[in-house]
Amino acid sequence: MPVNYYIFVAIALFCIGVVGVLTRRNAIIVFMCIELMLNAVNLLLVAFSKMHHVINVAKDINAGIDGQLFVFFIMVVAAAEVSVGLAIIVMMYRNTHSVDINFLNRLKH
Amino acid sequence: MGITQILFWLLTALALGSALMVIVSKNPVYSVLFLIVTFFAISGHYVLLNAQFLAIVNIIVYAGAIMVLFLFVIMLMNLNADMNLQKNKLLKFAGFIAGLCLFLVLVAALRDADIKKQMVQTNGGEIGLIKNLGMVLFKEYVVPFEISSVLFLSAMVGAVVIGKKE
Repeated sequence: MPVNYYIFVAIALFCIGVVGVLTRRNAIIVFMCIELMLNAVNLLLVAFSKMHHVINVAKDINAGIDGQLFVFFIMVVAAAEVSVGLAIIVMMYRNTHSVDINFLNRLKH
Repeated sequence: MGITQILFWLLTALALGSALMVIVSKNPVYSVLFLIVTFFAISGHYVLLNAQFLAIVNIIVYAGAIMVLFLFVIMLMNLNADMNLQKNKLLKFAGFIAGLCLFLVLVAALRDADIKKQMVQTNGGEIGLIKNLGMVLFKEYVVPFEISSVLFLSAMVGAVVIGKKE
């Protein structure tokens, strides 16, 4: 497959995530849209790593493997982020009895 | 049109359709379930690119662990009872337009990129296999790997401290 297609699929997924973050008011769904954006970037990194591999495989047998390791580290960071973020959402729900992110307006006072 | 291309378009349609359903469905539980479908479609893309380790890790970590965590939190909160979220039509419209503009700008910028003729290697190549990834991970990337274990420890402590009552 041409790398073009993967670029546009990843852009579409990323923009769906952006629209979700901007339009939804439920904190959990906003959080899930952030995961969606992370996955769009992961897909693009893997596609570019395979593209880089097929170009440079003659020079280096492991060309392009860094991209897949970055995806691995992105998944690690995302897992840590989700555990802390969901704890924050649970605490917010316990204090306000809602997960509406408009309640977070009070942070600016 | 070979089987690889048919699978590519099938998985793409599945990923984009269920990603759209994530942001339009009213019930958060349905959103989580559609997000799991999206992650499976992305894992299918990884299999197609012969990144087998990442495909399995994506299913285990994302669809298995993270999404179950989301479902637990949603069920803990009993959100379906009364969701009197404030609705603002103008804000929703503005968010939709902003996302659409981002999409158009990115597509227009990358449509004629030099790179577009490059082929991505599908169903071939050795770099996605766990043997090669493990060799590089534990030789060149061993320090970031160990640091990520510290990150996990601090995330665990942080989650417990934040989530603790009083």
